[in-house]
Amino acid sequence: MITARNWREIPQRYRLEAGKCKKCSEVLYPPRVVCPRCGGRTFESFRLSGEGEVLTYSIVHVAPRGFEDDVPFVVAIVGMKEGVQMTGQIVDCDHGKLAIGMKVRTEFRRIQEDGEAGMIFYGHKFVPAAA
Amino acid sequence: MRDVAVVGLGMIKWGELWGKSLRTMAVEAGLAALDDAGTDRVDSLVVGCMSSGLFVGQEHLASLVADGLAKGPIPASRVESACASGGLAVKTAFMEVASGMSDFVLAIGVEKMTDVDGGTATYALGTAADGEYECFHGVTFPALYGMMARAHMHRYGTTREQLSAVAVKNHGNAVHNPHAQFPQAVTIEQVSSSVMVADPIRILDCSPVTDGAAAVLVCPLSEARKLKKHLAVKIVGVGHATDTIGLYARKEFTSLPAVRLSFERALKMAKKTREEISFAEVHDCFTIAEVIISEDLGFFEKGSGGKAVLARETALGGRIPINPSGGLKAKGHPVGATGVAQICEATLQLRGGCGQRQVKGAKVGLCQNMGGSGGSSIVHILEANE
Repeated sequence: MITARNWREIPQRYRLEAGKCKKCSEVLYPPRVVCPRCGGRTFESFRLSGEGEVLTYSIVHVAPRGFEDDVPFVVAIVGMKEGVQMTGQIVDCDHGKLAIGMKVRTEFRRIQEDGEAGMIFYGHKFVPAAA
Repeated sequence: MRDVAVVGLGMIKWGELWGKSLRTMAVEAGLAALDDAGTDRVDSLVVGCMSSGLFVGQEHLASLVADGLAKGPIPASRVESACASGGLAVKTAFMEVASGMSDFVLAIGVEKMTDVDGGTATYALGTAADGEYECFHGVTFPALYGMMARAHMHRYGTTREQLSAVAVKNHGNAVHNPHAQFPQAVTIEQVSSSVMVADPIRILDCSPVTDGAAAVLVCPLSEARKLKKHLAVKIVGVGHATDTIGLYARKEFTSLPAVRLSFERALKMAKKTREEISFAEVHDCFTIAEVIISEDLGFFEKGSGGKAVLARETALGGRIPINPSGGLKAKGHPVGATGVAQICEATLQLRGGCGQRQVKGAKVGLCQNMGGSGGSSIVHILEANE
């Protein structure tokens, strides 16, 4: 991955910074240039709580490049408390206990790396909220 | 707008075509379409291809394919909308003829997918999703459709057996398609116990990685009638819609709004009703996709698409035959070629030339081609024109 491509996503990936539309207060994650609700073009940074609920999930057995050592791993779409939805892995969870509707929260984790000597890319993964 | 007809269709046998380059496949399909039409006239070329840059390290397909066809000076374009690139090529050709800009326009869809290893192919296909907010986290296309399948099962009670029935039906149809990559019948048990890819999606729920090309020649209906070689097949409706690039941004994961919208737009243009459709070629990149699409096209109530497959309502001879060609599932899915191949199948069905997979009395055909996880959808409605 190009270094700049990761660097410019750091606010969203490391700190869960969403955009909050100054016109209609819609929260957008990832942030956008124009608000799909009202057309507003100015935003303030808004930090998500990281708490949410699993809307759907899949257990990946055939990994994309860079995730070969992680299989089987869980990917999910989570509905966050603030109303936005985001994709991420669910970790530290017995696969038998996965369920739509389960409460999760984000943790700051390693997502992938550019080979043994390359950059490590961090971001959020979800863990069961009770854990 | 002028009336537009499909006058030539060109398919090649799809599969792992190690001996054929992207250029060779595209040119062979293009020539087959011209031979089928009985003319050598091409005023303009449109190539649909998703990712030749990542799959074979070649861009500038407009020049590459025009040159390969030995049609050098003609204007040519390459269009891309992920797996809907083929449908977009046909739409672009249609517009060029309808507008009066050109008379004979060749639309070729092509994808060469087996020159790279599985990891690279997965990466290339993944670029149809949201790279920074889906693929970054390890999401693959089977996982995206796996999440749709999980949501559909949870909300509507769709079953493993119903998903398997889609693969069984489509492989069964492909047995009679000489161009299909996997013309082998499979059983419910085989599909349901095949290797897990992205739970609940198994390998036999997935369309394969395929090398292939397909082409159609379109021209004004008035010119098509002069050629007289085949029954003219008119493109009566074209509908096109987009949706969010990321699946995560949708209100629900059990429906594909772009499919519904593109179909409604095509129906409106065609001045037809759903009940007039004789058969449908739809984008079954995964078994769950066919179930959801059949519902969003309005052939079945939301949530009952799976039951309809098991009840053979979408089989040949059923109420609304879906994917008589074998679909992406069994015919193969060279992503940029798929949308054009759907038009080839629909045209051949409307001519009555499909042999054992012929939909009896087919008058109006529907082709639905989708990009990504539903981020784009293009529908064409074709009608046999006496």
